[in-house]
Amino acid sequence: MKRHFRELSIFAALGALLLALAIAAPGFYQLQPIISLLTREAPSLVVALGVAFIIISRQIDISVGSQFAICSVCAGILATKQWPIALIIPASVLSGALLGSINGLLIAGLKLPSIVVTLATMVTWREGLRWQREGQFVNLPDSFQWFGLSQSAGQLTIMISAFALFLLTALASKRLAAARYVYAVGSNSEAARLAGIRPGIITFLAFVFTGALCGLSAILNIVQSPQVDPKSGTGLELKAIAAVVVGGIAISGGRGNLWGMFAGLLLLACISPALVHLHIEPYWERAIQGAIILVAVMADGFHTRKARD
Amino acid sequence: MASPLLQLTQVTKSFGAVRALSGVSFELLPGEVHALLGENGAGKSTLIKIITGAHQPDSGNIRIGGKEVRHLTPTAAHRHGIACIYQQPALFPDLSVAENIGLRLETTGALRPVAWNERRQRADHLLKRIGAAISSEAEVRSLSMPEQQLVEIACALGAGARIVIMDEPTASLTQKEQHLLFAVVRELRANGVGIIYISHRLEEIFALADRVTVLRDGQSVAVTKLDNINETALIKLMVGRDVTQIYPPADSLPKETVLALRKLGSASNGVHDVSLDVRAGEIVGLAGLVGAGRTELAEIIFGITHGDSGDIIINGKTISIRSPRDAIAHGIAYVPEDRRRHGVILEMSIAANTTMAIHPKIFPSTHLRPSAEKNLTNDYIKNLDIRTYGCDAPAASLSGGNQQKVALARWLATNPKLLILDEPTQGVDIGAKSEIHKIIRRLAKEGMAVLMISSDLPEILGMSDRIAVMREGTITAILPAHSNSHDVMSAALGQATSTKRSQKTSDDEGRAPTVDQYDREAVAEHGRGLGSSDTPENSNQKKSAP
Repeated sequence: MKRHFRELSIFAALGALLLALAIAAPGFYQLQPIISLLTREAPSLVVALGVAFIIISRQIDISVGSQFAICSVCAGILATKQWPIALIIPASVLSGALLGSINGLLIAGLKLPSIVVTLATMVTWREGLRWQREGQFVNLPDSFQWFGLSQSAGQLTIMISAFALFLLTALASKRLAAARYVYAVGSNSEAARLAGIRPGIITFLAFVFTGALCGLSAILNIVQSPQVDPKSGTGLELKAIAAVVVGGIAISGGRGNLWGMFAGLLLLACISPALVHLHIEPYWERAIQGAIILVAVMADGFHTRKARD
Repeated sequence: MASPLLQLTQVTKSFGAVRALSGVSFELLPGEVHALLGENGAGKSTLIKIITGAHQPDSGNIRIGGKEVRHLTPTAAHRHGIACIYQQPALFPDLSVAENIGLRLETTGALRPVAWNERRQRADHLLKRIGAAISSEAEVRSLSMPEQQLVEIACALGAGARIVIMDEPTASLTQKEQHLLFAVVRELRANGVGIIYISHRLEEIFALADRVTVLRDGQSVAVTKLDNINETALIKLMVGRDVTQIYPPADSLPKETVLALRKLGSASNGVHDVSLDVRAGEIVGLAGLVGAGRTELAEIIFGITHGDSGDIIINGKTISIRSPRDAIAHGIAYVPEDRRRHGVILEMSIAANTTMAIHPKIFPSTHLRPSAEKNLTNDYIKNLDIRTYGCDAPAASLSGGNQQKVALARWLATNPKLLILDEPTQGVDIGAKSEIHKIIRRLAKEGMAVLMISSDLPEILGMSDRIAVMREGTITAILPAHSNSHDVMSAALGQATSTKRSQKTSDDEGRAPTVDQYDREAVAEHGRGLGSSDTPENSNQKKSAP
């Protein structure tokens, strides 16, 4: 109980918001809007999983949005060439992993600071894509939408696969030695090295993993619409980092868990529809999200200071 | 006699339960070089920190220039003309010498324009005064360590320091640079500055100092003119102390050689020509002063730094160790000195810490089985008597001694052939300390080869089956189990005379020391007098021991 206080408090905040909505605006609880909300957020959840591991390993990746956009466009082009979806998915995951490995090589191999490297790759990928596409959308074949299923079946597939992936990763984060190494490297890389762990390889793999998740997330996103916008994924990195931080994963690495991130993502995602149903100007969405992040970080800061004293 | 610049009377300071200084008095006259001598942990740095205002004494008083000063803070100390020159100069590497000096000495407001010319001239003037050939335009980064120390001294002079503290100033200097520094020190002395000089090098102290204060276990055991004392007597003053701890008896017989080092060295960390054998079932104590290269040697063996000369031989095979991973694969375990930074990962649970180095072994499919992890950890919690509420508790929740046991558990889990312990009981309370000693002895008895680095002389004497002493990057003596503290300190300080005598004794009797013998030795050495008569008496006892 005490150990997971931070995660539970985020779930409590989410619960409080949902309860407030149930009382003040029961109109929020309609099946279809909730399903489309969850479907919309599923790709972000997948990317945030990767970002969570990166932050736990005491690095940061702000290039996920650009990786996501490249994977989306690549997958879209393959779809127009009539590739079967069963091949497009691994191709997209692979291209994401490739992009992630470039980050990983620069950061773990050359020991460059991750904020600078991923800032550079973020801009490079994004601008490269703009130059290549000239802002043009990729029109997807009809058979591609919702994986060629009906809309509701497609939505269900997206939600279930994202959530299943989350559950699997959350389990792995407790049960896989590799995940344990990520925590160890993030807590104290030198101590981890002395215990025979290779911090460089762990960091590299975290970036590759995140890239691969961007590729998967791109698929979950593009099947939802008839076109691929080369500008998609803009701001995705901030969304993912916000969810991670609100969820109680320490930005200084080594602490936190994926369930907190899950609750954080949902909490932030619910703000916008909640505002609509509570008849508050929707312009407040970003400001409120920012305030939530601030409160979360302040709570963490307070907690660490108390722990130190 | 001139009135003292600085006078400390009956100063006492405790950190928690540890009494770092008890009733120490100290006096510094103008135009005097006063050496401060003592073993690691004798209280030298605490005393210095009190003089510089970094620590407040619990009791006792401080008089500077004859006036009593209460609540001495670093700023106040600075104002009173106290300057401290550390081994590692605290300068801004990216700024020029003149800027560094200016930052220390100028008190202009943040928004006033900088008088560059004036700043440069003052720097030049100060550097000239101490005879340093350093350009005031030079970037501090480009200066050598001794040049940086000279800049520090220039700062101290510029601030009108009357009391200059030098903490191991020659530790990183060459012979020539030392002479330059000594000339500066003599110049300062001639100008009436009082200098507190801390060094482990006795020849330096004899060459430079007028008086010496010897600290031992937080007490001042002697204040004397250096004319009245010789090296042997000084060492005796430093090391003599009660052996209050009872060490587990060494009753295992060493077996085959596990680790053999042949002329091992690494240019990058100053270790050279180290040859040493450690056998199964044996505890080899590695003694020496701070900076003698003991940790550096351990780091080479464990693959943290790379040896570039000589061989490491494990069980008869010459091996190459490129990383801690390699070392672990060869059955080497290393419990590092700084357990909070390197030994355990504080945020992680005891269980996670315990299994950290053995995942490939106990979880072949990289899949953690919580039950297996828990069982293993609980075994160690029981075995090593780790006091905790459960194996899920974070390592940060444990006391220092128990954290050390967790660090030990991690390495025992790898089932090593060779266990290297770096200061295994530093900062550990007395109870846990003797528990750790018992564990180490038990491991040796079970056939592990143990290399134990320690700065705690009684621990080295009480635990070791053999004692290797390091000085300036190499092993200068290998002493038998029942050597006395005097021999170890002599070897550590580079005074070789008494070493040979005890080496001979060791061939006669390969027997472990008894507690009784320590007590006698302690009594013999405890006297504050300088009577050299204890020495033969002491060694007589040893020879006649059954």
